Amino acid sequence: MSDVDLAIIGAGPAGMAAAVEARLQGLSVLVVDENAAPGGQVFRAAEACAPDPAVGPDIMPGLPLIAAFRACGADYRAATTLWHLDPEEGLLSLAAGGATETVTARRILLATGAQERPVPMPGWTLPGVMGAGAAQILLKTAGAVPAGPTVLAGQGPLVWLLAVQLARAGASPLVLETRTVSIAAALAKAGGGLWAGRALLAKGLSLMTEARRRGVRVICDVRGLRAEGGTRVERVVWDGGSAPCDTLLLHEGVIPSTHVSRAIGLDHAWDAGQACWRPVTDDVGATSAARVAVAGDGAGIGGWQAAAAAGRLAALDAARRLGALSEDGFARAVAAPRADRRAALALRPFLDALYAPPAAILTPPDETVACRCEEVTAGAIRRAAALGATGPNQMKAYLRCGMGPCQGRLCAPTVAALIAEVRGLAPGEVPPLRPRAPYKPITVGMLAAGAESLQQRGP
Amino acid sequence: MFRARPEVRPATVEVFVEGSPVLVPEGATAAAAVLLAGLPAIRETPVTGSPRLPLCQMGVCFDCLAEIDGIPNRQACMVTVAPGMRIARQHGAREALR
Ligand SMILES: Cc1cc2nc3c(=O)[nH]c(=O)nc-3n(C[C@H](O)[C@@H](O)[C@H](O)COP(=O)(O)OP(=O)(O)OC[C@H]3O[C@@H](n4cnc5c(N)ncnc54)[C@H](O)[C@@H]3O)c2cc1C
Ligand code: FES
Repeated sequence: MSDVDLAIIGAGPAGMAAAVEARLQGLSVLVVDENAAPGGQVFRAAEACAPDPAVGPDIMPGLPLIAAFRACGADYRAATTLWHLDPEEGLLSLAAGGATETVTARRILLATGAQERPVPMPGWTLPGVMGAGAAQILLKTAGAVPAGPTVLAGQGPLVWLLAVQLARAGASPLVLETRTVSIAAALAKAGGGLWAGRALLAKGLSLMTEARRRGVRVICDVRGLRAEGGTRVERVVWDGGSAPCDTLLLHEGVIPSTHVSRAIGLDHAWDAGQACWRPVTDDVGATSAARVAVAGDGAGIGGWQAAAAAGRLAALDAARRLGALSEDGFARAVAAPRADRRAALALRPFLDALYAPPAAILTPPDETVACRCEEVTAGAIRRAAALGATGPNQMKAYLRCGMGPCQGRLCAPTVAALIAEVRGLAPGEVPPLRPRAPYKPITVGMLAAGAESLQQRGP
Repeated sequence: MFRARPEVRPATVEVFVEGSPVLVPEGATAAAAVLLAGLPAIRETPVTGSPRLPLCQMGVCFDCLAEIDGIPNRQACMVTVAPGMRIARQHGAREALR
């Protein structure tokens, strides 16, 4: 007997929508999320920050989903981390408040979302350099903004959103746009999608207009960016320019966070359009592991509306597989979320083409630190690759990169790309690092407590 | 440096960063408290001893490892502040506790 029908990891749009749908279908549902409140990345701390005029307008669309999730009857565990998962047995190991617990589930949905693409460049380890998403998290969770001269460098929708949010909060940044692809070239590559994606496009254009109206300074076509300073970033320098800087916010888009999906050995494929790895799923999120599905940005970047639709589809599939929904009922129920997802994804090929990450970020110059934990440079990784480290797993043995506290979450994409470059392979030909449990640090005391609870459970 | 915006999020929770009291808004993380306190670094790297501050704020980079209420190697960005919380920087510690 399993403890629950469906265990969902992640209470972002995908996980929340899945929980609501699964409860409607009569399943018992457990939802765990590391964060203190539901919402995921896009609606992080939404209930607390909705009154803040800097972020409120962008947060509002998430409140109905959060309210529905809170009311749906799922067992929601906030501030709880999944640190091990046995996909065959459906066994989840959870950590919360200094203790661990194991739970069994008939089906498991990973709705673990995205992380910012690492932006390795000279000087990015200096204090004062952080992700643009990181600054947005500080704004949403604490209302905090950078106090001194602030530079927001990179590209993508989140750059414009954050520029506007900081400006509304009285902390207008200098925007350095690193985009290399022209709108015409992106249109040609994407082959349309603008009309079907016009709602999202209008939102993007209105953000750019608001940024201009609020006096945000923008410099385009920035190349050769680096951060300089002694014990902290003091200025940013680029080809043909420089600016004083106390906080440098970097953003080159987001990529699926595949730490757990790789650790449990799901099949993954290289997504050339988004320049990232993603777990292989079918149309409703099913993966190469019989019990496990993936939905939302963790299965490929699509934005929150697509994530919510994918969560519903995965929940309906769970209900069908567990016998709570007939084939006919399933076929009827999936039509609406499928259409929602199609609409939400219409603009994506254009955005992916327009904001393709520049080569200097994927395979940074030799002097750049690629692995922040073990302070390994791109040059050292290139030399080890030339000596015979054929994949990220071997690179661990050569240079320790991937063995620090972050377990390769941040360096794995760069390490794989550098190996591919040196060996003359396509990025998809160098398999990503296989992380190991525990996915997050667990103290010995917590482990001991977990082992006891397992013994009590019996075989 | 980061600053709070008390007009929208009143700073009501007192925590201690490196022993000094700091008021931060409810819902803030220990990593936010470190930035609001203006600490120059939260840790030094084990390899070269270079200073670091939190990079990602979402549990990915581990550049926020700190000693919180006496327990080292905690991801400060994943810990919500509570009244009286003590947050201290840590030196070295190559690997997080396993
Ligand atoms: C930093 C950042 C900021 C973003 N800001 C915006 C924005 O402002 N607007 C926008 O449209 N899009 C934004 N995005 C894009 C984002 O991916 C959205 O499209 C949307 O949040 C995706 O929804 P999701 O449900 O797939 O995943 P998410 O919303 O990312 O939710 C995943 C959840 O899983 C939890 N989780 C992950 N691993 C574990 C684990 N091991 N144990 C327990 N819980 C876990 C996380 O805590 C998180 O709450 C942002 C992305 C990032 C990375
Ligand atoms: S700031 Fe990156 S893990 Fe905490």
